[in-house]
Amino acid sequence: MADKKGPETWKEMNPGCMVFRPGSSREYHTGSWRAQKPVWQNEKCIKCGICYIFCPEGCIKEDEEGYFVADLNYCKGCGICAHECWPGAIKMVEED
Amino acid sequence: MSKRIGMEVAIAAAEAAALCRFDVAAVYPITPQSHVAEHLSDIVADGRIDAEFITVESEHSALSSAIGAAGTGARVVTATSSQGLMYMHEVLPIASAMRLPIVMIIANRAVSGPLNIWNDHTDIMHERDTGWISLFAQNGQEVVDMTIQAFKIGEHRDVMLPVNVNMDGFQLTHMVEPILMPEQEEVDKFLPAYKPYAMVHPDTPVSMGTLAMPEFYAEALKAKDMAMAASRKIIAQVWKDWEKQFGRKYEPIEAHRAEDAEVLMLTMGSMGETAEIAINELRKHGVKAGLLKLKLWRPFPFEELKKLTKNAKVLVVTDRAVSFGGPGGPVCGEVKAALYDEPNRPKIVNYLIGLGGRDLTISDFVDMMKRAAEATKKMPAEAYEYYGVRE
Amino acid sequence: MIEVRWHGRGGQGAVTSVEMLALAAIEEGKFAQGFPSFGPERRGAPVTAFNRVDDHQIKLRSGIYNPDVVVVLDESLISLVNVTEGLKPDGVLIVNTTRSAKELAKLLNYSGKIATVDALGIARQELGVPITNTTMLGALIKVTNVVKLDSVKGPIEHRFGRIAQKNMNALQRAHKEVKLNYK
Repeated sequence: MADKKGPETWKEMNPGCMVFRPGSSREYHTGSWRAQKPVWQNEKCIKCGICYIFCPEGCIKEDEEGYFVADLNYCKGCGICAHECWPGAIKMVEED
Repeated sequence: MSKRIGMEVAIAAAEAAALCRFDVAAVYPITPQSHVAEHLSDIVADGRIDAEFITVESEHSALSSAIGAAGTGARVVTATSSQGLMYMHEVLPIASAMRLPIVMIIANRAVSGPLNIWNDHTDIMHERDTGWISLFAQNGQEVVDMTIQAFKIGEHRDVMLPVNVNMDGFQLTHMVEPILMPEQEEVDKFLPAYKPYAMVHPDTPVSMGTLAMPEFYAEALKAKDMAMAASRKIIAQVWKDWEKQFGRKYEPIEAHRAEDAEVLMLTMGSMGETAEIAINELRKHGVKAGLLKLKLWRPFPFEELKKLTKNAKVLVVTDRAVSFGGPGGPVCGEVKAALYDEPNRPKIVNYLIGLGGRDLTISDFVDMMKRAAEATKKMPAEAYEYYGVRE
Repeated sequence: MIEVRWHGRGGQGAVTSVEMLALAAIEEGKFAQGFPSFGPERRGAPVTAFNRVDDHQIKLRSGIYNPDVVVVLDESLISLVNVTEGLKPDGVLIVNTTRSAKELAKLLNYSGKIATVDALGIARQELGVPITNTTMLGALIKVTNVVKLDSVKGPIEHRFGRIAQKNMNALQRAHKEVKLNYK
């Protein structure tokens, strides 16, 4: 939130609070809300991609080898990926 | 040249919207607005204009889809009444916050309960603070004119706010009367094609309906309020343009024999016409009576009201709605607030009249005016009176 | 200004009558109002509808309590509804009936002007249906001269399309056959 820039006065507000810059929500790093983070144990991963599908934040990506990683700038630590991963390859661990 | 025709006012309202070449109508039918909904649907189904009619399952969806359509840059009309308007309520401030100039035709009706489908102004009074410009028509002609004006006012870059046009349910909606219906070319000249400020389109990316944290919310509301304030000038300009082109004059408050009046009455909507006859009767009998017809409910014309009431001794404010536990009717509350700082303000008498379709005759208005002078002596112990209520 | 109250049953076209009359008057350059009794309507139930016609702009928007003319589309209503209520002393009651004016006067205990026409018979013959609204409009025009007979032609054609002529025939017959018994 600290790096979020916004209008200073009401006169600087866009009409209807419209936001015209595409992709500006990327600057909003929701990862700071996280208490736990998902950690993948790739030896258990079957590359099914169910974590990728279920992630409500859309922050899980497939790497070059076909395994999955979360972008921790946006991962809120909800744990849905770990809950859905039926081979049990994802563990939620406390943030340092 | 406009054509003089006889037409039911509800149908004329839909015709007026068609003359504005709306792109989308999203409407759910409700008494006494139904003929507006049906006729808008007819106009689209008959291919008379290139538009979509969205058949929605509720008023909440009607206004929600109107907002969606307006967000894509469409000129949008909707219409409702009473419970329908209340069901929309949640979405009304969103439409204005998103600065989408939707036009809503409202057939004013009482709200339940007890269940009542007849006319008063309670429905719109509940929407007073939702950030919509509110116009009040006194006859079929004004319904047509204001519907067309509404698009021009709302779409102006300095305004960009939704506008509702209020017509009395039944008293106006179900009335066949003469109307000068403008020609298409005339309306095209008055109302240019809509150029939206922004539209949701792959070529023009925009986020609408965004979140505002506490550090931005107050600024957002102030910006909306300032747009409402700015609309005063634009409304005046649009009405001037209208008068120039169509010869019919519009003012926030239409005064009738008010200049030297000692006792003034303030009305809204169609009852103003009957009241006018009463004022003329009183004048014949030497009573210095005058009438103020409030046509602009939001933004409220504070300055005009002050100017018009400064010489009056008594001001009779009529309200067709109740503010339970409040200072009287909602219009009276507003009028009192407007005049509080005036050194020469009139005494104010408030009558709650015409509730739930209770008829109002000339003699009712004459009676109210005659009793007004007497009534002021009792104020403010009895701040308002349910006129004609059986005790 | 002339004020008219129409009595009919839901579905008999009283509201259409007031619309036709208002449109005809407006077409003549006059001012007019046509409106139903406000509120819900049920098929078969007694209903009322109203007209005002004037040479000047009509600002009056209250209900009509003292009409100059009352038109009764359905004779059976006279035992259900007080059709002469508020009718001005010099007003006219126009009834769809085969009875004489004398009989009606006695039945209604009414001493004012009464005009009668067998609108049901005319409608059955001309339209093939017992709907008397346009027929009674013909009688009203004859009795009041509130509009010219020709002026209703346009509105009726617009409203009734291919059955407009039949309606005009019924209307014109009633215009001829209505009995102005009070003269």
